[in-house]
Amino acid sequence: MTAGRLGWAITDGWVMTGRNMRHVIRSPEEIVLYFSLPIMFVLVFGYVFGSGMAVPGDGSYREFLLPGVFVMTMLYGLGATASQIAVDAGRGVVDRFRSLPMARSALLTGRAGADVLRALLELSVLVVCGLLVGWRWRDGLGDALLAVGLILLLRVALTWVGILLGLLVPNPDTVSVIVFPLAFPLTALSNVFVAPELLPDWLGAVAAWNPLSATVAAARELFGNPGIGGDSWAAQHALLLAVGWPVLLIAVVAPLAVRRYQRLSR
Amino acid sequence: MNHETPAVVADGLRKTYGRTHALDGFDLTVPAGSVCGLLGPNGAGKTTAVRALATLLRFDGGHARVAGYDVTRDPERVRAAIGLTGQYAAVDETLSGRQNLVLFGRLRHLPVRVARRRADELLDQFGLADAADRSAGTYSGGMRRRLDLAASLITRPRVLFLDEPTTGLDPRSRNGLWDAVRSLVAEGTTVLLTTQYLEEADQLADRISVVDAGRVVAEGTSAELKARSGADRIELVVRDAGHLPAAARVVERVAGAPVTLDREIRQLSAPVTDRITALADILRALRDAEVPVEDVVLRRPTLDEAFLHLTGHRAAGARERAEVAA
Repeated sequence: MTAGRLGWAITDGWVMTGRNMRHVIRSPEEIVLYFSLPIMFVLVFGYVFGSGMAVPGDGSYREFLLPGVFVMTMLYGLGATASQIAVDAGRGVVDRFRSLPMARSALLTGRAGADVLRALLELSVLVVCGLLVGWRWRDGLGDALLAVGLILLLRVALTWVGILLGLLVPNPDTVSVIVFPLAFPLTALSNVFVAPELLPDWLGAVAAWNPLSATVAAARELFGNPGIGGDSWAAQHALLLAVGWPVLLIAVVAPLAVRRYQRLSR
Repeated sequence: MNHETPAVVADGLRKTYGRTHALDGFDLTVPAGSVCGLLGPNGAGKTTAVRALATLLRFDGGHARVAGYDVTRDPERVRAAIGLTGQYAAVDETLSGRQNLVLFGRLRHLPVRVARRRADELLDQFGLADAADRSAGTYSGGMRRRLDLAASLITRPRVLFLDEPTTGLDPRSRNGLWDAVRSLVAEGTTVLLTTQYLEEADQLADRISVVDAGRVVAEGTSAELKARSGADRIELVVRDAGHLPAAARVVERVAGAPVTLDREIRQLSAPVTDRITALADILRALRDAEVPVEDVVLRRPTLDEAFLHLTGHRAAGARERAEVAA
């Protein structure tokens, strides 16, 4: 790819990001819906179940919970990614894009760009919400921003999963139905709500190696929130895994998604 | 591209889906600056051909050049030179009409300011200025189609593909779209138009290619195609339905061609080659056979009949023979 082509690919991706953000602005009710779920989780798990929940070591359950909710919100964002891509691919507008002299990658990179911007918006709301219920970052702003960076990295990886999903199931209604049953067990079998060492052995191992857990554990460490540690190798190397898992996911899924997208010219 | 280079050349295009040959040796040449109509029934391969030429679809065999560029090897140059307006309006339904046009302009790599100005011009030109800031999803079918056409014209395309552009439009919107196409052609754009409507091909196209089963089965001006489908027809009305079998025998013998009967209106018709001689011979033979004739008319074939003749020859012939036998 020459420099000129790369330049256009970036410009076109940015223009498509702008297009996708205009969609958000034109349907704000969707954003409200996406915020309401994680906020509800903070309130329900933090206050209703939280009183009966234990945190290894010592510390507030709500402070333990918040990094988990940040990551869970990133996971549920995958549903929006998938259904938006399915909407685009299923309508005539994709033919318009494909008949323009724009970079072919822009439909996908524009989606990823818009999803990261959206994720930033969602995280901002959740951070405010977290501060209101007593969550704090305790190890300085630098580490906190690093944690946010890791959470966004996971979001980028999940975006590609969503893109692939949206291209495989090119019907937006189907997508929204299948995302929840995929996403919910993934959060339940992780350290989002419960520390893995409090689970039965085999479940704890599954939860500790869950890619979501890596990012959550790393975020807890960097925010200085309780619930860090555990004996497993995965728990000991949370930071490494929080980078490794998303990078691996992108390396595997992004090429599959791109190939699937190119096969639209069947 | 100079004017001797054809705007579109398709040479033996093939596209197979499983056992179906969507394109089966599709050949087409469209001279620059002309309007070519691809005429054919649903499933004939018109849309597949347009999608292949517009770089949306990879074909399995053959070669194609559009605006002088090889479609397979140089798709980006082709895309920069074409506009495509499909059967279904290809616009972003969430965005407003203006946002759509600015978006497509920017994706054609116009600077933001130029894209905005061009969007305003097109909204005015296509009568969408009042609805410019409403989301395209709220537009009527005609408005959406106009927006779709406007989106193809942001930079003036050298070759414009129109895939059944007026399907589902009311007559007024259809005429408006035809006018827009004519003024583009006047400015030098080449148009490749697919349609199921003979009238549309007749109205807009300089030359018509009749498509059937993935290939072009006939090509020419509307008048040439009418002439080629044979033959003028003689139509006779006899006084009494009882006379039809006798009349049919006589006409079939003199015209040397199968006869079509319609008992309801006591009419029979047959193709004739030499109009005047045939008319005189048939009337004389009928008088000799004492078949009373109430009315007689000679007429040129319609494009409809030409089309039927060129695409469904055997089926139509079989039906005519069956009726004669009955």
